[in-house]
Amino acid sequence: MQKSTFARSFLTATWLGWQIESNWTDPFLFAVYSIVKPIASAAILVVMYGIITKGAFGDPLFPYMYLGNVFYMYVGAVMTGVSWSVLDDREHYKTLKYIYVAPVNIPMYLLGRGVSRFITGSIAVFITITAGVLFLNVPLDVTKANWLLFFPTLLVGVIMLAMMGLVIAGITLTTVRHEGFAGEAVAGLLYIFSGAIFPLDVLPAFLRPIGLAMPTTYWLELLRRSLVGGVAQAFPTLAGFSNLELFGILLALTILFSFIGINTFRYFDHKARERGMIDRTSNY
Amino acid sequence: MENFALQTEGLGRIYKIHGNRKEKAIRKELVALKDVSLEVKTGELFGLLGPNGAGKTTLIKILTTLLAPTSGRGMVAGYDVAQQPQEVRPRINMVSGGESSGYGLLTVRENLWMFSQFYGVPSKEAYRRIDSYLKEIGLTDRAHTKSSDLSTGLRQKMNIVRGFITDPQVLFLDEPTLGLDVGASRDVRRIIREWLAADAKRTLLLTTHYMAEADELCDRVAIINKGQVLACDTPENLKRRLQKDVLFELATSPLNGLPLSALEKLDGVKKATLRESDGRAEIKFMLKEESALAGVINTLTSANVKIQNLTKHEPTLEDVFVDLVGRSMEDEEHVESD
Repeated sequence: MQKSTFARSFLTATWLGWQIESNWTDPFLFAVYSIVKPIASAAILVVMYGIITKGAFGDPLFPYMYLGNVFYMYVGAVMTGVSWSVLDDREHYKTLKYIYVAPVNIPMYLLGRGVSRFITGSIAVFITITAGVLFLNVPLDVTKANWLLFFPTLLVGVIMLAMMGLVIAGITLTTVRHEGFAGEAVAGLLYIFSGAIFPLDVLPAFLRPIGLAMPTTYWLELLRRSLVGGVAQAFPTLAGFSNLELFGILLALTILFSFIGINTFRYFDHKARERGMIDRTSNY
Repeated sequence: MENFALQTEGLGRIYKIHGNRKEKAIRKELVALKDVSLEVKTGELFGLLGPNGAGKTTLIKILTTLLAPTSGRGMVAGYDVAQQPQEVRPRINMVSGGESSGYGLLTVRENLWMFSQFYGVPSKEAYRRIDSYLKEIGLTDRAHTKSSDLSTGLRQKMNIVRGFITDPQVLFLDEPTLGLDVGASRDVRRIIREWLAADAKRTLLLTTHYMAEADELCDRVAIINKGQVLACDTPENLKRRLQKDVLFELATSPLNGLPLSALEKLDGVKKATLRESDGRAEIKFMLKEESALAGVINTLTSANVKIQNLTKHEPTLEDVFVDLVGRSMEDEEHVESD
């Protein structure tokens, strides 16, 4: 059966993304890298936390911070996984123009390229959570976790991050710099304002509305609640919301960001064609 | 009604060039294409001939939906490239020469298969076409080599195959033999001819600055310079324009300061171009009549220039270009880059 343009674009890009993501070294080194990198990045935060709090690992703030940081890996992986493909294909492989000439749905292609980063990100998340549970007493009991909340939240959140990635991909299409600064800037902002490593209460009152407008705030909160329940609700900012209410807000914001993501990408895609930037390489 | 694979009506493209940070306010406009109107029939092998920077690639970028025109209209397979790009893309493919694009981590076969999937070619048929074209272009032994391990020329061969395996209605080849060795260029030209001959519904637009390539391959040629089409006809008809002229090529010692204009001013000399290298000069003359040659030789010998070789030749597309532009294509490129 002939696949639709949507399915063809997505599936072929997923295959390509996985080949690129997993074939850059031999399988043993890839496995070591996949384990060491996330644990090392989590360890930096754990050491800093240990020094600042003088080893208060029993405080609810620790699992809050640890899990927030772990799930934040998805932000970098999915969001920049989608947007980075524009730079990668245009500057490095010099194939973007041929993909544009082909009957490809470009947003679906970019989303497909993000899938491999989601898979490798998921491996990193799993390894880091396991390490937290085994060695740092993160209070996660798999028999008590709310998996019915966890998986739908994870799915909706990943879609939301992919749509944010489309916005950045659009911006990237019309810029010639190849450092991927747009993705880094957005990821940095979300890290501060989404309650990833500290509750929003820590922020000055006038900055908190920024965090409340970010879908990642509700996503991280729901993921924490689904895995460690009451610990996540120990912080007042979102304590007044039930899980269902938070999920509703997350869903609504995801739909909004999907609309924004697709239309922003279309706008920049049009601009890129006008300016002749689909195949322009920066050469610096 | 005539069946056109490609049509352009008054197509134009202006690039806005921004200055650096210090010159932010300075904006220049570069006219890359100006009022280009062309019609290419289904089944034709149509050539765009011109020096680097003439606007050939810009025209291809517009027709392949990569770039929006700033004026006019372009149609491919009956669809407007600006308004209906989603209808145009399944019907076309494009290959640019002189570049080494491709996913280095994938093998040659994987790269080609992946692109075939974007076009919805069933895998079995895709592999059949890939293997067949790899054999034709002499790349079978590299089918399972990662493309990062290929030389630039071999990567270019891979990309040329990429253009054919999707069996487009209209194939755009932008300088496909640029950087290829003589044998590989010959293979590419053979594949082009065979591909077109196999199906009357296929059309090919080829850009090149190799005159002989255009002459050998193309049914019709448009000579383009500074964004404008100067002439469009079959290579034979274009050359026929010059048949009333007499063309000579002289190989001489260096001109010892004798300006080319001194030769161009002689009675009966229509145009002259000069190329000097390695203590040797090559002068091409377009004369109104053969008797004007005597004046040329007298002028050269008076300036102590030794004549090493004299050849009379039939008009080529290079001569047509010189006739239209006033300079050789190589000189035109130098003028543009200065």
